[in-house]
Amino acid sequence: MELFTPDFGLVFWMFIAFILLFVILAVWGWPVIVKMMEGRANTIDQGVEDARIAKEQLENARSEAQKYVKEAQARQAEMLREAAKMKTDIIEAARVEAQNAAKKEMDAAKVAIDQARKEAELQFRSEVGRFSIDIAEKMMRSKMSDDKAQKELVNKLLDEIEKN
Amino acid sequence: MILLVLICTAHIPAHAEEPGKEKQLDVKELIFEHLGDGYGWEVPFSHAYRIPLPVIVRAEDASWHCFSSAGLTRVEKHHDADGKSVAHAEAVIKTVDNDGKQYQFLIAHTSKHKDKVVQIFPLTPQDEKELEAKLGAVAADQNSGIAAPVVDGYVYYDGEYWREYRPLDLSITKNVCALFITVILVLLMVFGLIRFYKKNGMKSPRKGMGFFEMLVGFVYFDTIKATLGDKTRKFAPYLLTVFFFILTMNLVGLIVIFPGGANLTGNIAVTLVLAVCTFIMTNLFGNKHYWKEIFWPDVPMFLKFPLPIMQLIEVFGIFTKPAALCVRLFANMMGGHMIVITLTLLIFILGAFGAAIAGMTTVISVLFSIFMLLIDVLVSFIQAYVFTLLSAIFIGMANVHEEEHEAKEDKGNPALESKDEQEIAAHKALIEKEAAAIDIK
Repeated sequence: MELFTPDFGLVFWMFIAFILLFVILAVWGWPVIVKMMEGRANTIDQGVEDARIAKEQLENARSEAQKYVKEAQARQAEMLREAAKMKTDIIEAARVEAQNAAKKEMDAAKVAIDQARKEAELQFRSEVGRFSIDIAEKMMRSKMSDDKAQKELVNKLLDEIEKN
Repeated sequence: MILLVLICTAHIPAHAEEPGKEKQLDVKELIFEHLGDGYGWEVPFSHAYRIPLPVIVRAEDASWHCFSSAGLTRVEKHHDADGKSVAHAEAVIKTVDNDGKQYQFLIAHTSKHKDKVVQIFPLTPQDEKELEAKLGAVAADQNSGIAAPVVDGYVYYDGEYWREYRPLDLSITKNVCALFITVILVLLMVFGLIRFYKKNGMKSPRKGMGFFEMLVGFVYFDTIKATLGDKTRKFAPYLLTVFFFILTMNLVGLIVIFPGGANLTGNIAVTLVLAVCTFIMTNLFGNKHYWKEIFWPDVPMFLKFPLPIMQLIEVFGIFTKPAALCVRLFANMMGGHMIVITLTLLIFILGAFGAAIAGMTTVISVLFSIFMLLIDVLVSFIQAYVFTLLSAIFIGMANVHEEEHEAKEDKGNPALESKDEQEIAAHKALIEKEAAAIDIK
């Protein structure tokens, strides 16, 4: 049977065809394809790795940014608090100073008023004294026109002195 | 064994065949005609007309002759019993004039070299005497009144015997032509993909090219690399070529009409060459350790000296491994083709019992044929894969790392061993799967 006994012609051509195909593919065929596929697989692996790293970095960056934001917010709060404190301090100091100044002014005013009052009192007293002397003089002149009245008055004055 | 059985069963009826009983449907001849080779390629849907192919032969006097196969057949038209015109190809003598000498060639029918081109010579008186004696012996042997029995060294053609000489035949037959077509197809696939790469850079191909690339990846990364490890680069081109060559041959063989239809991988010459190549690859690149395992294996002394029992078994094993490869592929593919043809022929065999039966058989046969062809597509892939995988395993076994092997033996590294066992288990599973696929047949 032809099927079971190898035919020389077919063996010959098969050998030539197969060796030819093998040589062509081994030199220009498979290495190119395999290199390409491996290269692509590597690129894809690299890409996946890169993406993973990038994602990680992104997450890192995000958390870092959040950290910075928090820090900044804390600093801002701190600054605001400090400013507020400074403000109250300044106001307090100003108030104290104003109080002092006012007090000094008032003291000065009081002293001046006192002095003025004393002067006025003194003046008033001397004035009153003068007036009363004038009045008394006038009264005396009118009343001392007679002796009796003079005597009565002297007595009366003496009584008063005694009582005191 | 399978081969032996097949040869026996195939041979007995082949010789019992008689010329002159042409009226009946000769199922066996039809099957083998479809499975076998031919000098021309049938034009689709016509059995008589053939696409001529070159015939290259070396005649008895060592001269080479090349002529078209068209000269070897003639289309005969005649009317059958129903009055329908039927055409069929008849063998005719082709006479070639070369340097003033005449050479006559014929596709033999009633001869030892059936369906092959033979050079024929008119009988000389001496030949006649020899033929007479041989005819007498054949007649006595078979004691049947066959008009023209097959006689060794002679061909019966058109009412008379001629002396025949089977020339060295390097013709581009149907199978050789299909072989070239396959080679071109594989080259087109490979260089098509490379051209795609050159054009598109790192881009991944789509559709057909993508499928081809996926197959390359499957064979290269999952089969060859998994089996050969760091030896991959050295042997991958061979194994990839084998895989795609076999796969393409298998699939092209399943196409019924012109560019396909040649039963290539179901021809033992083709699988033989492939198996011989694997044999060469295995033994040419086998390392020191491989040869030591064959000629001085690690077995008790009485098994290898003074009687070289193990050596005999191992040396035998070197040859049986590729032989098994050869026969497995051949038997699987031929079996597939044979089943489909038989199912189709069933229509004509049972058609003799009447139209109703013929109709029913047609439906069933066509359905079964389609089913078998689909299974054959699967088998085409499995067989190509199995051939590649087993070749890879054989090559891998001949390239075992010596250090690794010895380390395993000495220390009994459990990790290495378990890994090895896993690999063996995986291979066993694959082989069983493949065996199951054969069992389907």
